[in-house]
Amino acid sequence: MMADEDIVLRAEALRKNFGKLEVTRDVAISLPRGARHALIGPNGAGKTTLINLLTGQLKPDAGRIELEGGDITGLAPAHRVRRGLSRTFQINTLFPDLTPIEAVALAVMERERTAGQFWKRLAAHGDAIEESFTILGQLGLADVATRTTRTLPYGQQRLLEIALALATRPRVLLLDEPAAGVPKDESAALFSVIAGLPSDISVLFIEHDMDIVFKFASRIIVLVGGGVLLEADPETVRSDPRVREVYLGHGHG
Amino acid sequence: MTDSIAPIESRDWLRRRSRWSPFEILFWLAALLPFILFPTYLPLASQIAIAALFAISVDLILGYAGIVTLGHAMFFGLGAYFAGIISVRGWGEPVSGLLMAGLFAGIIGYIVSFLITRVQHLALLMVTLGLGLLTYELANALHDLTGGTDGLRGIRTWPIFGQFKFDLWGYTGYAYTLALLFLCFLLSRRLVNSSFGLALRGIRENVKRMPAIGADHKGHLRLVYAISAAIAGLAGGLMAQTTNTVALDSLSFERSADVVVMLILGGTGRLYGAILGTIIFLVARDQLAGINPQYWYFGIGLLLMVVVLFMPTGILGFLARIVDRRK
Repeated sequence: MMADEDIVLRAEALRKNFGKLEVTRDVAISLPRGARHALIGPNGAGKTTLINLLTGQLKPDAGRIELEGGDITGLAPAHRVRRGLSRTFQINTLFPDLTPIEAVALAVMERERTAGQFWKRLAAHGDAIEESFTILGQLGLADVATRTTRTLPYGQQRLLEIALALATRPRVLLLDEPAAGVPKDESAALFSVIAGLPSDISVLFIEHDMDIVFKFASRIIVLVGGGVLLEADPETVRSDPRVREVYLGHGHG
Repeated sequence: MTDSIAPIESRDWLRRRSRWSPFEILFWLAALLPFILFPTYLPLASQIAIAALFAISVDLILGYAGIVTLGHAMFFGLGAYFAGIISVRGWGEPVSGLLMAGLFAGIIGYIVSFLITRVQHLALLMVTLGLGLLTYELANALHDLTGGTDGLRGIRTWPIFGQFKFDLWGYTGYAYTLALLFLCFLLSRRLVNSSFGLALRGIRENVKRMPAIGADHKGHLRLVYAISAAIAGLAGGLMAQTTNTVALDSLSFERSADVVVMLILGGTGRLYGAILGTIIFLVARDQLAGINPQYWYFGIGLLLMVVVLFMPTGILGFLARIVDRRK
């Protein structure tokens, strides 16, 4: 198996209860460098909760989270981002009245700690703006860089979600249903963008479309009832009878 | 505008956004007109400039960062009392006195900001309101220092730079307040066009996303709150120095509420909206209250309803949209 220093993100014995409901039960995951892992499971399996625990939006009741070998269990979300753990949201969480170039430049400047410089014109931050254009270009958003975010087509807003996360220069990227609400033909295009991300970024994505999961994930974590049912390569997952049973009602047999 | 803009034009677009428009230059030239056209109204013009400066301070936190406040008179009054008290105690040099007043209000603002950034929405409104009321009562209780309900008496403001005496007609007063309004406006204009201004708009647009891009948004809020408090303190200090009186009403709830009304009338988040709203509010009050005070309350109530219902971005936002459509 993988050597220990290759694990970028590791979670051990994570537990979270909402009242009596166990939404995360002793979850252990480890994400190697450059991973393209998928997190799947039926609705209510606790996928988003797990992402929220990893990124710090929620505090676990028990367990430990390590990023590049350092304990981040108690860190605030913003500090985790600065250490290289970024996420996107299932429901667009953008800046509706900003333009993409402004939003991405803001993320870049927050990373560079220059966002507090109230005495310097925005246009004078040449490097940050240059880098922001490069990021937008990578995601095919260069042409709409100066349009107000709220006027962009939905698919482009989904790409902007990823652009904002990339601007933080992540080592680990957690994508919560990046193609949620995107038509099937467009979602394949969106995932090829994700597959083309720099190979040193480790990616964990939640996705419901099994065709896409099997195409783009090198490894799959199956979450059921808050616990990990199985973690394996796509072939094993595809042929596992328990997984088949979980997904039987959803048209994937 | 077309859908496809080459990146090079986009860079230009970013630069264009902070460029001075002819409207702005015209506006500041017009601000000099009272010297020539309405010399009898110079004291009113000073009052407007001071209130506009106060409104700009509120626009920075309310219009840009989205912090609603009903207690910002706290900082106006602290600046006013500070400038007034050091003058009563023997230091009447206006420029240094004013800077100290602004610094004092800014420091208090920074301390208070730790409380402000802990709460949101209705709780935020109540905390700002509560702090304003507390400061008012504190000033009332410290009678020996502030004069209490009698107001602070015995302020003597020395000539500016030892040269320009404050005259009865208000020439010096208006020149002084206008100069300070302009300087603070330049600072605020730079601030809102900086990366920091962008971060504030980010907070206003979606505070939930800010931590997810690694932003220390509470740090940003503390900084802008302190800057805003300092500018409010300068406005208060100006009032103390140009009128040589400070009364408890400089700390009143009414002043906190009025400034928000002025800002909403003119339009939030555009700096000039703060100035325009102040002009409309104070000129209307001066004219209507002269006829009958009841006209004034009736008039401002009506105007506020019309603006909120039909011009949700304020009078300036409404005008800007007409100009944009003509283009």
